[in-house]
Amino acid sequence: MSAKLQADIKEICSRHGNDATRMMDIVREAQLKLGCVPGEAMELIAAATGTKRVEVESVVTFYAFLSKKPKGRMVVRVCNDIVDRLQGFDEVAAAFKKELGVGFGETTADGLFSLEQTPCIGMCDQAPAALINDEVVTSLSPDAVKKLVADLKKNPDPKTLAHRYGDGANASELVHSMVNNNIRQKGEVIFAEMAPGAALKKAVAMTPAEVIREVKTARLRGRGGAGFPTGMKWEFTRKAAGEKRYVLCNADEGEPGTFKDRVLLTECPDLLLEGMAVAGYAIGAQLGIIYLRAEYAYLRRYLESVIEKRKAANLLGKSILGKAGFDFDVRIQMGAGAYVCGEETALISSCEGLRGDPKNRPPFPAEKGFMAAPTSVNNVETLCAAARVMERGAGWFAGIGSQGSPGTKLLSVSGDCKRPGVYEVPFGTTMADFLKLCGAEDAAAVQVGGPSGQMIGSADFGRKVCYDDLATGGSVIVFNPKRDVIEVARAFNEFFCEESCGYCTPCRSGNQLLRERLEKIAAGKGEPSDLDYLTGLCRTMKVASRCGLGQTAGNPVASTIKNFRAAYEKKLKPAADGLQPAFDLAAAVSTASEIAGRPSVHAD
Amino acid sequence: MSATFTFTIDGKEIKGQPGQTIMEAAEAAGVYIPRLCYSKDLRPHGSCRVCTCMVNGRPQAACTQPAAEGMVVENNTDELQAIRRDLVEMLFVEGNHFCPFCEKSGNCELQAMAYRLGITAPKFPYLWPDRSVDASHPEVFIDRNRCILCGRCVNASKDADGKNVFQFVGRGEHKRVAVNAEANLADTDLKGTDRAVAVCPVGAILVKHKGYATPVGRRSYDQKPIGSEIESKRK
Repeated sequence: MSAKLQADIKEICSRHGNDATRMMDIVREAQLKLGCVPGEAMELIAAATGTKRVEVESVVTFYAFLSKKPKGRMVVRVCNDIVDRLQGFDEVAAAFKKELGVGFGETTADGLFSLEQTPCIGMCDQAPAALINDEVVTSLSPDAVKKLVADLKKNPDPKTLAHRYGDGANASELVHSMVNNNIRQKGEVIFAEMAPGAALKKAVAMTPAEVIREVKTARLRGRGGAGFPTGMKWEFTRKAAGEKRYVLCNADEGEPGTFKDRVLLTECPDLLLEGMAVAGYAIGAQLGIIYLRAEYAYLRRYLESVIEKRKAANLLGKSILGKAGFDFDVRIQMGAGAYVCGEETALISSCEGLRGDPKNRPPFPAEKGFMAAPTSVNNVETLCAAARVMERGAGWFAGIGSQGSPGTKLLSVSGDCKRPGVYEVPFGTTMADFLKLCGAEDAAAVQVGGPSGQMIGSADFGRKVCYDDLATGGSVIVFNPKRDVIEVARAFNEFFCEESCGYCTPCRSGNQLLRERLEKIAAGKGEPSDLDYLTGLCRTMKVASRCGLGQTAGNPVASTIKNFRAAYEKKLKPAADGLQPAFDLAAAVSTASEIAGRPSVHAD
Repeated sequence: MSATFTFTIDGKEIKGQPGQTIMEAAEAAGVYIPRLCYSKDLRPHGSCRVCTCMVNGRPQAACTQPAAEGMVVENNTDELQAIRRDLVEMLFVEGNHFCPFCEKSGNCELQAMAYRLGITAPKFPYLWPDRSVDASHPEVFIDRNRCILCGRCVNASKDADGKNVFQFVGRGEHKRVAVNAEANLADTDLKGTDRAVAVCPVGAILVKHKGYATPVGRRSYDQKPIGSEIESKRK
């Protein structure tokens, strides 16, 4: 064991207080320093933090951005989600392979580059896109890839890549990213101006119970997709027994096609931190944690600077706005590449330095969440909306949107439309109106709510975006009539196969079984009974899975079968001989034939 | 002792005590809820989902859901039994199980559950995963082909043996049980007498030199289906 490795690990661990619950930070930094977290490092980390090596290994092997085997100095992660695939992923991937001389999963001989594929990185509005370490490169073409690789070979630091800067804060010194916001429509709740502290001033003039009542009166519901009433969540958290309480901000949007939180974190960090402080005041928390997905690491320094500025302005820290006893701080917890961590109990596991496995419920986070303390986990957009509720009042907020769904919703739109980007629309907007707005009049199919949502056809375009009808966490992916819905369903299924944590049987195994049958159908070997088989499988996954990811993982398949049955039926044929069309007798007996040294008499 | 309360499972009144899960209250009343990962004396893992019941109309795992006054639990319904069959079949096809010559045959909870649920052959295709065997340890071997990822060894090693020999690594279909060493079970402090070895419901962790010790006919599930021991307590 080298002295250098020992010193490096010792330094990293001690900087995090040799605290096993900070394992995510420790292994992330080890990965950064060493290019991997090898067995020896795990051993050292375990010794320093008082845990076991296998516990460290369980974390390292869970997250896509961590590895036991050495990675190149620059890791290129090409986004392979469905929108990128429709907009040139194949050409871009081929260009990377050609220029780097390696395939996916490989590292160049000089140790400079590793090439990988990754699911949605939150850039569907500027696809095809890729990550090079923390740097985001968007709107890629084979020519752009060629230049990019040549530049990186000359100067192997992605931060030095010369490029134009995106709009808004993307161009600010601490971000310097080529990412564009693409805000297409501003509404009055989220994308309106607010002076820092305006909501907090109103909040501290009330009691915490009054703040909660205000949020309840506004009927604000969670914007992440599940739609749980925010005021009620805060109330449960406030009333639960415990010494400490926490506010966790879920900034782990990873559902393919979702990127609205990226824009909020870039353009509205003050509004978000205002909302977190209001939540902290309401529930009696002293610490808030922003769980930031690894793909958005390029925003980290910028967000930290906003936190610092707010501390300096007494909008965070001790006795906020002079209110004695109101102490609230915020820190950032980086993720490491796992979609399931957007599930609130998995997010908590990850914040505790564990694998991103969802937890058994009950107890619910409001009762026993982060470090077994009462915890409110809220989406970025929810916290922004909560700040606005405080600033403008519940009555004002409840007057916007529809009866059961007050307020506005941010939609991230991508795919076959003229104006991809983020739109703030009042709840109750019909899909047809919305498609007109984003320039997608010829849409044949729309995936609402990402892969865990549903795929709807034109018969459903009169339906409304709201909790009681077309519920969505914000993703809208448009497909024109030329697209193959079965291919879309397959891409989403592949995503869930990749992202299932593997804890429970129906999700771990069910997704693999869906994949097998979809492949069979795509290969032209499907038979009519396969549709009932798939529907039944989706039903078992929905009823029996342990968390929301598994319960909804079958949705792309189930909803395309329901709404686009004809597309499937075109590919299915009953076997004329009544036997299984997918069964290839010649292939099945080929090994035996080889051993016997003669062809089978049955297989021709 | 705090007051008991009542709820129903398939219409039958069950007495529950505060702090009990549905599984525990059912068991005390002699009502069997099929399960695989759950093992008395270990904290519930909630991974196999075989004990899924409808609780007031919503699916819940009986092993983790607290029982409560007035709850209406559906357990033995056609729909739930069909879902359980699916789950047990999934566990068969996602691994490589070979009942006819497995040392655990007749004492295996997975096999016994398949018989109880009336599974003859799975409707799902075999996935033939590539899984590893670790026979490095003098007393115990691991065959991951037969592992159902129930977590019993992980929790027993941690909570009962105080050792942390086992933990899960990887995710999704690549999830597997790893040992607290670079690679081999022999390099851990596991003993053949550890609780973590005894709790394996299938033939994934086995004590060496002891295979096929019980004659056919006298094995745990040769005479009566799994769950009979609980149902025999029913009043």
